[in-house]
Amino acid sequence: MQTFFQQLINGLSLGSIYALLALGYMIVYGISKLLNFAHGDVYMLGAYWGYYTINYLHFGFITALITAMIVCGLAGVIIEAVAYRPLRNAPRVAALITAIGVSFFLENGMSYLVTSDTRNFPQVIKRKTFDLGGVTISNIQLIILVTTLILMLGLMYIINYTKTGRAMRSVSTDYDAASLMGININHTVSITFALGSALAGAAGVLIGLYYNSIDPLMGMTPGIKAFVAAVLGGIGSIPGAAVGGFLIGLLETAVQAMGFSAFRDAAVYIVLIVILLVLPGGLFGKKQVEKV
Amino acid sequence: MNFKKAFGVAAATMMSAAALTGCATAKTSSNSGNKSSDNTIRIGVNLELSGAVASYGQQEKKGVALAAQEINKKGVKIGGKTYKVKLYVSDNKSSTSTAASVAAQLANSDKIVAQVGPAATAYATASIANLTKAGVPMVGPSATAAEFTQTKSGQTQKYAFRACFIDPFQGKKAADFMYNTLKKKSVAIMADNSTDYGTGLTKSFTKEFTKLGGKVVTTQYFQSGDKDFNSTLTTIKGKKPEAIYLPGYYTEIGLVLKQAREMGLNVPVVGADGMGSPKLAQIAGNKNATNVYYTTHFSTKSKEPEVVKFLKAYKAKYGEEPATFSSLAYDSVYMIVDAAKNEGEVSSSAIQKGLANLKNFKGVTGNITMDSKHNPQKSVVVEQMTDGKVSKAYTVK
Amino acid sequence: MKKNWKYNLCWLILMVAGFYLINTLMLTGVINTFLENMLVTIGINIILAVGLNLVIGFSGQFSLGHAGFMALGAYATGIMTQTMNSAGGFYLSVLVGVVLAIIVALLVGIPTLRLHGDYFAIATMGAAEIIRIVINNMKITNGAAGLFNIPQFATWDVVYIFVCLTTIVTVNFIHSRDGRAVISIRENEIAAEAMGVNTTKWKLSAFVLGAATAAIAGSLYASYLQTIVPSSFGIMESINILIFVVLGGLGSITGTFVATTLLGVLDAALQSLGVLRMVFYAVALIIIMIFKPGGLFGKWEFSFKRLLTKKQDGDMKEAGKESK
Repeated sequence: MQTFFQQLINGLSLGSIYALLALGYMIVYGISKLLNFAHGDVYMLGAYWGYYTINYLHFGFITALITAMIVCGLAGVIIEAVAYRPLRNAPRVAALITAIGVSFFLENGMSYLVTSDTRNFPQVIKRKTFDLGGVTISNIQLIILVTTLILMLGLMYIINYTKTGRAMRSVSTDYDAASLMGININHTVSITFALGSALAGAAGVLIGLYYNSIDPLMGMTPGIKAFVAAVLGGIGSIPGAAVGGFLIGLLETAVQAMGFSAFRDAAVYIVLIVILLVLPGGLFGKKQVEKV
Repeated sequence: MNFKKAFGVAAATMMSAAALTGCATAKTSSNSGNKSSDNTIRIGVNLELSGAVASYGQQEKKGVALAAQEINKKGVKIGGKTYKVKLYVSDNKSSTSTAASVAAQLANSDKIVAQVGPAATAYATASIANLTKAGVPMVGPSATAAEFTQTKSGQTQKYAFRACFIDPFQGKKAADFMYNTLKKKSVAIMADNSTDYGTGLTKSFTKEFTKLGGKVVTTQYFQSGDKDFNSTLTTIKGKKPEAIYLPGYYTEIGLVLKQAREMGLNVPVVGADGMGSPKLAQIAGNKNATNVYYTTHFSTKSKEPEVVKFLKAYKAKYGEEPATFSSLAYDSVYMIVDAAKNEGEVSSSAIQKGLANLKNFKGVTGNITMDSKHNPQKSVVVEQMTDGKVSKAYTVK
Repeated sequence: MKKNWKYNLCWLILMVAGFYLINTLMLTGVINTFLENMLVTIGINIILAVGLNLVIGFSGQFSLGHAGFMALGAYATGIMTQTMNSAGGFYLSVLVGVVLAIIVALLVGIPTLRLHGDYFAIATMGAAEIIRIVINNMKITNGAAGLFNIPQFATWDVVYIFVCLTTIVTVNFIHSRDGRAVISIRENEIAAEAMGVNTTKWKLSAFVLGAATAAIAGSLYASYLQTIVPSSFGIMESINILIFVVLGGLGSITGTFVATTLLGVLDAALQSLGVLRMVFYAVALIIIMIFKPGGLFGKWEFSFKRLLTKKQDGDMKEAGKESK
């Protein structure tokens, strides 16, 4: 029983990271219908920012986190403006290839600049564990869970209760109608990218803190899994994306706990395919009507 | 229906292809090797400098560069002439097809007399075909799969050599150490199953360990690139092993150690030479790198003059201690040069002969004698780590 | 058909001429092992890209799982030629690979082809990854260690012939009635369905044919390189093939040939640049996509027909026949 709860904690911690990434992925996809392959790499940038600022500028954890979010948000806006905006009316495949190109650029650019060695993320917050009836939970795991919840609530507030959020929602629903209503599309898309990338940056710092290990290729697989989580939760639903993230984290942990760690990724993909077939809108998503 | 069509296509394709290739077609010329026409020893460096296993390729590049730099300080006298080493470095992108293409380019266009690398077995085997065709020998610094130097029919590949242990040998010694020296009879195995290294070692360890009478309570796997091992470690902890055998590379093992110790799993950990790197303690955290043992080629505590000189030179040039990969690559270069020296000629055929007959080569990674299977015969050292530093070294018979 | 025999003859002459050109260059030593490597790699990539172009470019199904089918062919050859070490064994393994790919393509395609755009892409990517992970963990495939010392039956001439054959089959498919059904689905699926085109059947056909050619390419790959590891068939490989197709132009076989050859040559030429090469590559990709999102050739196709009929502009009889 103890092991079960321990694994549950493991799964939720892993899931928080996926949730953060999934949230960012989802709002970007919702508004621009673009599979932002580079999302995972923005997360990687956040982790490296945290590494350099903590090691060389002696930032504290909170400062590093917030500055990482700002820097990554900016990165997201730049990427969108340079690479995605020109392709807004181009075939989807072209936009996807560009996203892949950006992803390659970030991964290989970082590899070139800092070499592909893994680095040690500094242990800026000393690790303390709490023992609750045989189950160990560390303060870092708690920090991750809490930060994820705060950011998620923050995002929900922005989307549901602010003018910007309303603009984002309307552009997601109907692009042309939104622009006819006087909404500045470029502005709104940029803000969405900024928010999504900021979340990715936060996830990067958190994961650096959790595993203490970063490398230029660290964003590839989590990026894809984040998309699976977003699809699982339902594109268009924020709590859905978060729930999707936690579920994927728990699924991975469960598969590993059962001893099939080699098939861990395969399990995630199988879930994806099953969900797409059985419940294409995801758990919380809305059904899309296709007009002829 | 489309299946009939596809079948038809396949059948027609096969038959016409079979018919047409009956006619004699040209083949690119095979070579009997390259010979040096000036005073340079052209050594091709075919390494993974980008892609999945780039960190290990980069480590090996450092070792190669140091060796070349040392040799070129005074040059080396072979057959009456003084030669300098010229390195032709090319990145195989951690890809089999690129490794083969690079090997072909090095051998045919750059006219190398020998190749060092690639680091991973798969890319090393991919280069064999083109090098054999060109008659150029290669030394794989870290290609550990037993079959690397063998052909299908079990004969030895004429042009493939290696500088490292083969997995069956290392796994066996680890089992020996675990059972007889550490006296642990029931262990858990946690292996990297994304390369042949982890799986090969697991196989030989399990075989030998159970033969000695030990018991493997569970075998769990991880992939290279993984960061979260908590769930796997929780499972292992639940099985209460007396020790853990952990074959893999330092990048992941560092994290495994950290997470294991943090969850209270303090049993001794035995690993293999892929762990050997100053980064291990960095990643794991000094406190967590305790009660850790690993089989390796030499000990940093060794008093052998070659080792001491090498460690000093490496630290001076790169500001850090060498990883196993760098030392093996360093030795590979010297092995090639020594082979040429022994045969008195700088040509790929001479180097091939010299490598095959290498005896008592005093390398940093051990005293090497090449056996009939082109595998180096050398002894294993087990280093023990306490608090992030090597505290003791055992020799395993 | 009789009308087209002139153009088909032109293509046949071109192919045979190409064959003898390469043969001669090899005999005279102009093409050494390195260039041969490059040419064979380009050939195998062409087979892969043409197949993928059929799926993505002509039938509009965004598949990111091509490498999975390649893996099936490669491992079929790798495993079977271990025991059947002969040319006959090799060709049998190609057939087995094709059959395996067809079965898996049906299994994957039937449930997923009703998904749209990006969802289908991720689903196929997931399917290919599942195939790779399964291969990585099976005993018969030697798991992560992969297979090596695979006997080499795919010499350059065999690869050349397969390139010609698979291209002929694919192009004929596209220009046939079946192909037009497939293209109509790309243009407007709902309209096609309204016109009575069995969209599921044709989407599946294109997908399966693409998978079959990928398996053939995989078998050739295994037999030429003589070493295969599961990691060679991951997402990156699928993306590489996708890049060949998109760069050349979705819907242009000519473009595929040109782009694949160009990239293959560039890759070999810039081999010594290391990681920086990938950075340039990425930037070039982004720039090309921004300025020419349809790819270098768009939907333009080189055809002898157009070339030769243009020349006969003055001939009234021909013009009369052409303008139907």
